[in-house]
Formats: sequence, structure tokens, C-alpha cells
Amino acid sequence: MKAVYKRELASYFNSMIGYVYIFIVLIFIALMFTLNNMIASYSNSAQQTGGYPYFAGALSSSIIILVFAVPILTMKSIADERRLKTDQMLLTYPVKVSSVITGKYFAMVTVYAIPLLISCLCPLVISWITAGGGSFLIDYSTILAMIFLGGLFVAIGMFISSLTESQVIAAVVTMGIFLLMFFWSGLVGYIPESSTATFVGFMIILAAILLILHHLAHSTTLTAIVGAVGGAGLIALYILDKAILNGLLKKFLGLFSITDSIGNFASYYVFDLKGLLLFASVAALFVFLTVQSVQKRRWS
Amino acid sequence: MIEVRDLVKRYGDHLAVDHLSFRVEKGQIYGFLGPNGAGKTTTMNIMTGYIGPTEGEVIINGHNILDEPEEAKRSIGYLPELPPLYTDMTPREYLNFAAELKSLDPGELEESVQKVMKLTKIDDVQDRLIKNLSKGYRQRVGLAQAILGMPEILILDEPTVGLDPKQILEIRELIRSLSKEHTIILSSHILSEVSEVCDRVLIIHHGRLIATGSPGELERQLKGTTIELTVKSDDIAAVQKLFESVEGAGRVTCTPAGAENEISVAVDPKDNLDLREALFRACAKADCPLLMMRPSGVSLESIFLELTSDRAAPGEPGENSTEAEVEDDGTKDGDDE
Repeated sequence: MKAVYKRELASYFNSMIGYVYIFIVLIFIALMFTLNNMIASYSNSAQQTGGYPYFAGALSSSIIILVFAVPILTMKSIADERRLKTDQMLLTYPVKVSSVITGKYFAMVTVYAIPLLISCLCPLVISWITAGGGSFLIDYSTILAMIFLGGLFVAIGMFISSLTESQVIAAVVTMGIFLLMFFWSGLVGYIPESSTATFVGFMIILAAILLILHHLAHSTTLTAIVGAVGGAGLIALYILDKAILNGLLKKFLGLFSITDSIGNFASYYVFDLKGLLLFASVAALFVFLTVQSVQKRRWS
Repeated sequence: MIEVRDLVKRYGDHLAVDHLSFRVEKGQIYGFLGPNGAGKTTTMNIMTGYIGPTEGEVIINGHNILDEPEEAKRSIGYLPELPPLYTDMTPREYLNFAAELKSLDPGELEESVQKVMKLTKIDDVQDRLIKNLSKGYRQRVGLAQAILGMPEILILDEPTVGLDPKQILEIRELIRSLSKEHTIILSSHILSEVSEVCDRVLIIHHGRLIATGSPGELERQLKGTTIELTVKSDDIAAVQKLFESVEGAGRVTCTPAGAENEISVAVDPKDNLDLREALFRACAKADCPLLMMRPSGVSLESIFLELTSDRAAPGEPGENSTEAEVEDDGTKDGDDE
């Protein structure tokens, strides 16, 4: 894993990608920092010397740049190995696929974290300007949360990259998914709450799950069983107790509004441990899926 | 030692490897020979664990490549068809990376890298980026990563493809020198290469093993050697009769030779007999001056072409002899067409 990590990290700085990524993200964060914390003056803020005394707000406004910058970082990770056939080396050497993938993953997370680590200076600047104002605790825990969010983004991007040989497709699909995640909590607000709508919504989700299941497992029996059980359960629930379904879809989909926890850190000043654990576990799931995806390719 | 048992690989409806079984013994150079698309690369990819077989198994030094991949892969060095090079690295960086991945002893790492760079003669370009290297150098960097750490078994997929004649000779020389300590399997569709370098040849066609043996054995066993003669005579019919009467002679073809009073004769022996002496005595008895006699040049090439032509489709007479695996002890499996 160490060898892959080192090589991967070096490859980002042998090419332009690493520098371009860091430059873009850093510029954007600096812009947000300047606008939020240096120029804008909020009348309700205790200190009137500069802007808003918390860097956390500037950071949470920077998520949108990550939606576009992280795919650039992850697009080539697996897709390019396959296109250039260098995966032939990694997969025929006496190393585990999982250690190759985790090596790559942590290398990307490292590159991802560099601009955020540099931005650790910002709270110091605020503290200096406001003569001890601001809060290191809020700002640094938000930076930590942003690093965890990146861990999740990178894992998803890497997984998408493992599904294709084309960097462009990987980047576009990843961006689409990130945008959906970014706007998710807003979109979920529009979901109707009536039990009939919930029933239809869950049916659609079930159909999507069945489609994916059938594509992955190639087993009609399994798909039929899952479909029958799921469908029967939903119909029974709809007929017997409509009230339970009321608003359930919204609640269920609301679970996936993953970027909300950054808001908890940045706006409500809550150390959202649950959110961090969610980031980490979903990231772990996608790293695992990437390993499976690479393994599966060998059998097709 | 490598054992391949009943290997099958299907891509959808296409059968790339069809129940292939063979054993590779220690310390020899094996050549995989077959036309493009015969299943050589697929077989090598399965043997090295890059792709999984549909059926069958590969045992490397007692370790199944699927059940104990790390143990099995540790004794293999693989040079794929396209060398798996990271072009943004220099050969030295790349080989250091390869050495770390192969978990070579850190103390000997630098030394091993230097050693393989010397062997493959890439030490003069070791600090140039791989993307700026020529095809020949890239191929050699690929070979260097395969032999790095001196694994017991080297699997080389078309190691000389795309090289110039001088480089081909150098690489062949290197392969030959490596065979002292390694078991080598190389694939090629270049016949002269296989017949020159390999101790044993495995001919593969449509994913099946259709013949094995040393190049010499294959030449001897798979085709009875035709003998060409030139005799001094002006009566073709008489000459035809004379040679047909020789015991063991099969088909006899007589044609007038270029010069006057000379006749060219080609005699196919039955059952792989050595007819040379009998032919000489027949000529002597008939007082027919024998001007020239030589075995016609049956090369590996003609065997290869014959075996892999679609003319020799399954079920045709003559196929039995070629399909059957020719054993080491030289089972005579004559091919009388």
C-alpha cells in the first residue's frame, strides 16, 4: 500500500493535475475567505473591524468548488490504469487489490486535503485581525469535517472511475452525482408527503434496486424473490396502515442529504460526530465497492 | 513448475481458451506459438492471475493462482503484450516502485534495481522519462520489471515485437542467458524466434493445444521428411517406376529438371521411414546416376501453417495425428496425407 501511495502521490505532482487542483480550490477558498471574513461587514457581528469572524462559513460556501474539482482529481485513478494497461502490473504482482486501492485512495485524499491544510492559516489571520476574536474550535472542526467530506467525495469519484475506461465519462458522471448530493436536501423538500405518493416513490426505488440487482447478479430468481417480497410488503403496508407511510419517503431520502452535516458544523456550531461517522462509513463502503468492481472486471 | 489443467475462458459466446492443459517443467524455455487470436495472451493473463478462468485451474509451484494468489504471483515475472509502464516516471523510479510492490528486501532493493538495469542495458537511460523512450527501450524496461527480484518463472508475451533486428538479437540473447536460472514461457507468432530460442514448443490454435514437442521433434514427427533427388535419365516413366518400387516409398513425383537429361524426383516416405539408403541402393542397382539427394526443408513454419490452417478442421482425416499431444518419448504419430 505504501508503494502505491507514494507513486500515486508523486504522479499528481509529475503532471499538472495536482497543482491545478490545489490552485483552483485554494483560489476559491481565498475568495470566499476574503468576501466573508475580510470585506463584508455584518452589523450583527460583535467585531466591526473586518468581516464575519468565523472561517467556517467561508468553508461551507467552498463546497461547490469541490463538486467540480474533486472529479478532476479522481477521474483518472482507475480508468487510466485500465486504459494504459498498467493495471496488468498491479494485478499480477504479489499485492492485494485492496491494498492497491487503499493506497490510491489515501493518495487522493492527501492531495485533496492540501488546500484545506493551507487554509488552516485563515483562522489564525482572523484571530490576529480581530485580536483574539473568532473561534479556533469551530473553524478547525469545520476544516476536519471538510476533510471527511472529501474522503467521501474521493471514494465516490474513485468508484465511478473504476466503472469506465474513459476519464471524461468518469469526470462527468462524478460531477453529476456530486451536484445531486449538493442540492439533495433542497430537492428532498419538494417531495410530496401523502401516503399514496410515498407508496409510488418506494415502488420506483424498489424497481431501481431490482434493475441494479439483476444487472449485477444475473439471477432472475433472486430478482423475482426480492421484487415479490418488497412489492408485497409495500402493498400490504399501503392497504393496512396508510398512516405509517405518511412522509416516510421524505424522511428516508432525507437520510441521504449528506452535506447537511457540514451545515451543522458551519452554521449551528455543532460538532456533528454522527455526520463524520456517516462520511467515513459511506466512504469505506465506496472503497470496498471499488475493490469489488476491479475484482469483478477480471471475471467478465 | 506450472500446471495448467483444463483451462476454459469464455467471452460471451466466444471461446477464447478451450480446455487447455499442459505442464511446464523447471529450467526450460517454452514457446507458445499460434496465429493472432489463438488464445496465447488470454492464457498468459490467466496464468498470471490478471483475469480469471471460466473453468479450470492454474497451479504455480503448488499454489493455486486463485486460492493463494500472493504466493503464486511471488514466483512469476510477467511482461504483458504492452509493457505496463507509468510513462511519467523514469526507469529507475519505475523499477524502484516495482521492487517495493514485489516487497523486495529494502536493503537489497537498490542493488537489485541496478542489476536488472545492467542486464537489460537500460542503465544509460535510467533518468529519462519513460514517455521519451523509444519502443525498444520501453520493451526492455518492461522486461526489467519482469525479471526484477529474479522470480523463478518468467512469462513473456511477445517480448521482441516492435524491436529492430539488433534489439531482437539482444533480447533473445538475454532470454537465453536468463534460462539458466529461470523457467521461461514466451509467446510469439514469429516462428524462427521460437525454433531458435525455445526448448519446447506448444502450438495453440483456436484456444486448443494442437501439438507440443521440441522444435526438432515437431519437425521430425509431424511430417515424414520428403526427400528430393536429381537423377540423370531421360525416361521419366522409368524413373517413376524405379522409385515407386522402393520399399517404404509413398507418393513419388517426377518432373524434368532444368538441365538436359536430368529429372527431379520427390519421394514421400511412408511411416516416417528414413529412405535415404534404400533410395541410393535402388539407383545403384538400376545404374541410374544419382546427382543430388537431400531432405526437403520441412521447417517449423510449414508445420505451423499446416496445423493452424483451417483446412485441418476437426474431423478431417489427418487431424488425429496433429491433435494428439506428441509425447516427449517420441511417440510416432505419423501424418500420412
